[in-house]
Amino acid sequence: MRTTRKVLVAFGIIGVFFAYTFALRGQKTTAVFAPSGQKTSGTQSSSGTTGSSSSNSSGSSDPSSGSSSSGSSSGGTTSTYKDGSYTGSVADAFYGNIQVQVTVSGGKITNIQFLQYPNDNPNSQYINQQADPMLKQEALQAQSANVDTITGATDSSMAFVQSLTAALNQAKA
Amino acid sequence: MGMPITVEIVDAPDAEAAIQATFDYFTAVDAKYSTYKQDSEISQINGGLSKEKWSQEMREVLDLCAQTQQDTKGFFNIEHNGKLDPSGLVKGWAIEQAARRLRNRQIEDFYIEAGGDIQVEGLNTAGEPWKIGIENPFNRHEIVKVLRISGLGVATSGTYIRGQHIYDPHAPDKSITSVKSLTVIGPNIYEADRFATAAFAMGERGIAFIETLPGFEGYMINNKKTATYTSGFERFVEKTNV
Repeated sequence: MRTTRKVLVAFGIIGVFFAYTFALRGQKTTAVFAPSGQKTSGTQSSSGTTGSSSSNSSGSSDPSSGSSSSGSSSGGTTSTYKDGSYTGSVADAFYGNIQVQVTVSGGKITNIQFLQYPNDNPNSQYINQQADPMLKQEALQAQSANVDTITGATDSSMAFVQSLTAALNQAKA
Repeated sequence: MGMPITVEIVDAPDAEAAIQATFDYFTAVDAKYSTYKQDSEISQINGGLSKEKWSQEMREVLDLCAQTQQDTKGFFNIEHNGKLDPSGLVKGWAIEQAARRLRNRQIEDFYIEAGGDIQVEGLNTAGEPWKIGIENPFNRHEIVKVLRISGLGVATSGTYIRGQHIYDPHAPDKSITSVKSLTVIGPNIYEADRFATAAFAMGERGIAFIETLPGFEGYMINNKKTATYTSGFERFVEKTNV
């Protein structure tokens, strides 16, 4: 996996392009743009279709999967998605795993969620006195929260795209 | 760069065109500044391209790198093994340029994320400041902090950027190996990124450096799973943790 990731970074070729709208208080358009050569890491059985309400979005195109303008491997066909909730396969983010759950409603992606796995809290650590009295310290504590995005020093976003791709592949009509 | 980029725009009629324009912009930046591309301008410069042929933008970016080297007392340095690699500054700089282009389209509520660095503007779809998680460097599917941010930049530097040699127990500068990640909040992602890069190179003293910078806050995680953060950091932390 490490070598594959280096190859992806080395070539940096444009790959899959996603767009979706979210109809709640407002319309949200999100797209993820990733180097090509992205391999979907296999499929998982979906968690079954759920009852869905029709989307209120207007003026939006179907989510498209495929290459962007700079030329890449996948085809540029648009596709619609079957309503339901789909769980992407677990993708290796180098330091750990990411799994994404996608909800499709009215043929459009209405929610993408990181699946969070509960974990034991780190053992409390002895906290050293800091020479600088202004700085503060604390033990790391896992949070359970849905966030809009994540900041980190890794290529975890690539794993997000892998898992998202796997989920969307299950959802295609 | 060659990294995935995520753009989210709220309530804009030209959102999809704006997103495509953003991706096109990052593609152009990558074509110019990627040291992995043999025909990029930076690769040509490293191959000996004469200075009068350098583009105006490249000169400006390299000037910013020189300025950052001064501002960080040399801890930010784009020269490695006799070659120039400005990617430690270009990532944040490019996100900030892309954000500027969205603002020029009168788009007010969005975020742009590239490689874990984020510029957030306005409010999310729920009408609240953007909710940003700090990734647990020990457990990638965990978040260790939830932040509420608007109109600022958030950058995280970590051992991934420096490569595997950080884990070499024979490395002379052991202080760098003890910092797993350093998250910096700054007035924009360009500023946050350049100082996160330099502060990370300072090892455990980097967070004290961030403390000295007005308008910047930081959250450093070390290899003992302890976080050290600046005195004003808590005002960005989500008040209720579920």
